[in-house]
Amino acid sequence: MMTEGGRPPSDRHDSLSLPNAPGPVYRLSAARKAIHPHDRPAHPITSTTTEPTHRQLGMTDEEYQSVVDILDREPWPAELAMYSVMWSEHCSYKSSRSHLGRFPTEAPWVVVGPGENAGVVDIGDGWLAAIRIESHNHPSFVEPYEGAATGVGGILRDVFTMGARPIALWDQIRFGPLDEPKNRYLFKGVVSGIAGYGNAVGVPTVGGEMEFDDCYTGNPLVNVMCLGILRRDQLVLGTAGKPGSVAILLGNATGRDGIGGASVLASASFDDESGEKRPSVQVGDPFEEKKLIEACLELYDKGLVVGVQDLGAAGLSCATSEPAGRAGVGMDVDLDAVHTRETGMTAPELLMSESQERMMAFVDPGHVDSVLAIAQKWEIDASVVGEVTAGSTLTIRHDGEVVASVPAASLADDAPRYDRPLQRPTWLDEIQERSSNTPVDDLASTLLALLSDPGIGSSAWVHTQYDHMLFLNTVVGPGSDGNLLRIKGTEKALALSTDGNGRLCFLDPREGSARLVYEAALNVAVTGARPLAVVDNLNFGNPEKPEVMWQFRESVEGISEACEALGIPVVGGNVSFYNETDGVDINPTPVIGVLGLADPMPASPPRLDRARPGMEIWEVGPAATGNLAGTAVQRLNGKLEGLPTPSDSAAALRVLELAARIAHEAPVMHDVSDGGLAVALTEICIASGVGAMVEVGHPFSEDPHRFLVAAEVGSLDLPDDIARRIGTVGGDIVEINGVAVSLSECSERWGRALPDALAG
Amino acid sequence: MRTAVVVFPGVNCEHDVVHAIESLGGEAELVWHRDTDLTGFDGVILPGGFAHGDALRTGAIARLSPAMKEVARMATDGAPVLGICNGWQILCESGLVPGAHIANRDLSFICRFEELEVVDTNSVLTRGAEPGQRIRIPLNSYEGNWVDPSETGRVVLRYVDDPNGSQGGAAAVSNAAGNVVGVMPHPERAIDDLLGSSDGRVLLESFLHDD
Repeated sequence: MMTEGGRPPSDRHDSLSLPNAPGPVYRLSAARKAIHPHDRPAHPITSTTTEPTHRQLGMTDEEYQSVVDILDREPWPAELAMYSVMWSEHCSYKSSRSHLGRFPTEAPWVVVGPGENAGVVDIGDGWLAAIRIESHNHPSFVEPYEGAATGVGGILRDVFTMGARPIALWDQIRFGPLDEPKNRYLFKGVVSGIAGYGNAVGVPTVGGEMEFDDCYTGNPLVNVMCLGILRRDQLVLGTAGKPGSVAILLGNATGRDGIGGASVLASASFDDESGEKRPSVQVGDPFEEKKLIEACLELYDKGLVVGVQDLGAAGLSCATSEPAGRAGVGMDVDLDAVHTRETGMTAPELLMSESQERMMAFVDPGHVDSVLAIAQKWEIDASVVGEVTAGSTLTIRHDGEVVASVPAASLADDAPRYDRPLQRPTWLDEIQERSSNTPVDDLASTLLALLSDPGIGSSAWVHTQYDHMLFLNTVVGPGSDGNLLRIKGTEKALALSTDGNGRLCFLDPREGSARLVYEAALNVAVTGARPLAVVDNLNFGNPEKPEVMWQFRESVEGISEACEALGIPVVGGNVSFYNETDGVDINPTPVIGVLGLADPMPASPPRLDRARPGMEIWEVGPAATGNLAGTAVQRLNGKLEGLPTPSDSAAALRVLELAARIAHEAPVMHDVSDGGLAVALTEICIASGVGAMVEVGHPFSEDPHRFLVAAEVGSLDLPDDIARRIGTVGGDIVEINGVAVSLSECSERWGRALPDALAG
Repeated sequence: MRTAVVVFPGVNCEHDVVHAIESLGGEAELVWHRDTDLTGFDGVILPGGFAHGDALRTGAIARLSPAMKEVARMATDGAPVLGICNGWQILCESGLVPGAHIANRDLSFICRFEELEVVDTNSVLTRGAEPGQRIRIPLNSYEGNWVDPSETGRVVLRYVDDPNGSQGGAAAVSNAAGNVVGVMPHPERAIDDLLGSSDGRVLLESFLHDD
């Protein structure tokens, strides 16, 4: 209970005179799950323990003192609630900000870089692309369906907040091995959540990636990426605009769900009691979000908003303070005007609630009626909740009293910034020095075992549950290296790939991270596109451990070096720390998304299923070594050791250029990654239903910057210093270095890998 | 022919349908579900999606939307009326074609290309196709399992490999007159080989042309 500071003096009780919001036309709430009364969180603000309130809210004593210094008094309860969520690790990036400045973020085509709701790049002809990636790791562990579903909802709002129509989603999901029932439960729940929300909200999920590794058993990773497109004149920023602008809260009613999600859940580690945090997970309603998307797009189309901010983590605290802070203005907010789902909510609850499907629009006073009419048309609730004021004070009223009066910008700008200690793990030298060149002695059984790995086998069990075709843009869909989405009415297509590899980054966080950038870029290039921009989702362990911070710093460095070599900026990202359970951290797992532009799009972009008997097969890129550090073969053998082959920026550039060029001619191209050339070749054979015969040096090497090409004999002009003809397409066996494996068996193993693993 | 594409809150295939119709040289226009006057339109398409969030059950609320009175009038007048996916579910709930939909046999959402066989060419969806013709178009639904205890629905397209348990393998069903058709897979998603198939053209061209 807060007693310090007492109630605010009564002279601040001036009433806020604002027009009344219209009532709902009608509401349908069948899709919304009720929260059972006894599932309510033991909320820090209202609980009766003797621990000081700020600590219950996840703030340190020093952070609390900073708030006192800013306000020059003890904070009132509502203020403390706001600072606690805005200064959480999840919202403030307090442990990572000092490193994130390292990223190159500028390029002539960057319209909006990091710091807004999504990155925006110019793709020509008046079109912009908006992109954002986010994690929903912790909520998905606690409640997999709703955790994943609301992750989708949140990333969509980040993108349509910018004025863009979201056109595609990707999911990058990582779990412990599926032979454990709990991991199967989490995996199925997450896939259902992504499908349930993504399909119903009407945005296709066109790709993604999966990885299964012991380190994710207690801490799955659920990352989601969204791409939107917009005309240049429709760009909207998260600004409150000028004094006099009116704040209108659109969408879902505010309830007690998700209170403290950012601070209590996403910014702390897991232990046996994590299940008790389930009430902190939000509940999603894709129908509400769909209407909100359409209503917002109509508002943008009609030029009715000055700025927009979505309500995600930190809810109203964020959606008021951030836009006001960005615009350098103040705001008067009346919590009594907020449309709520339940009665008796306190001011801290209203400010911390993470109820989903809400947006704050800032509009000129003259446009308020038009905005409310559009909300009414789309059958979403809308409330006029505040007004932008001169000065810089964010004033919040509840029950007719001022409950908060703080410098608006302080909630975001004055958040603590930690330069946490770093230390290279002492065990790393010994692990890196171990030999990783042990030859694979049984090629056939190794290949079949790799194909049976659910992380390598067919993803059809997952992606056939996702609508991946909506909007008629999906030229290259799931199950490919990169995805290619055409932009109708133009010659252009956008290419995207996301890549992560925690094992590689465990052995060498810097080079591992750099290689991910190059790999994602190559995946984009084999669709005929050139890389434009990077988004990253940095999933790491507990930042209070110097070894984890070292991994983080190294990873940021590796990503930055690769981006600089490629001349592409980082336009957005997300950091997820505290991915540890019972003191054990996950492997450092940065996930890299690369956005590319194919202009023009290849008339017939390469696909895996177009190999035909008689075609010749080429391996392009630097010759592979026998180094198996961090590879799928090591995972198969229960090992993780050695120093992975580093990236080579000069080779990378050359290979990327070549790939993007020949993608306009070659029928089949495929990046060499998990499982090496042997798996890449077999995947082509499975997709095309035809065998192949090749001679290669190291079939399971995952050395970087390599791809396979299949094409009619003599149809491609490939430089012989970097391209090697390794064999031909034909027959019904996959034959590598004289070892034959039946294509039908490969196909069977690959197709059943995931369904069999899920059968337990 | 001028086609109205009815937009209920929660549908998501409306722009794809307009794109497909226009690509085939037709004329299509979005109309809001509260519109009560469809005079001037020669045909109607109810596009796929999740009308009214599939509240209660698919199509149950949409059938009460004001525009559905006009859709029923046009159906009675013999105008071409097509419900795609969720649109078919709405037609069933409205009683304009027989039967109802339940969850897929395997209780999971299915998004993939399916091979279909044309079994009846006496409908606005199949009149331009050949009997026995095989076509490949994407299915994208959770409740695609059609049941018709009355056994009065006329199956015009049949799945070659039953993906969802639909009665008689039905992928598309017509009313007795042949002018009202519900189809579960999406013909508008198969009008361009670049996206995997152009087999949906023959169906939408049938809808647009009565010759």
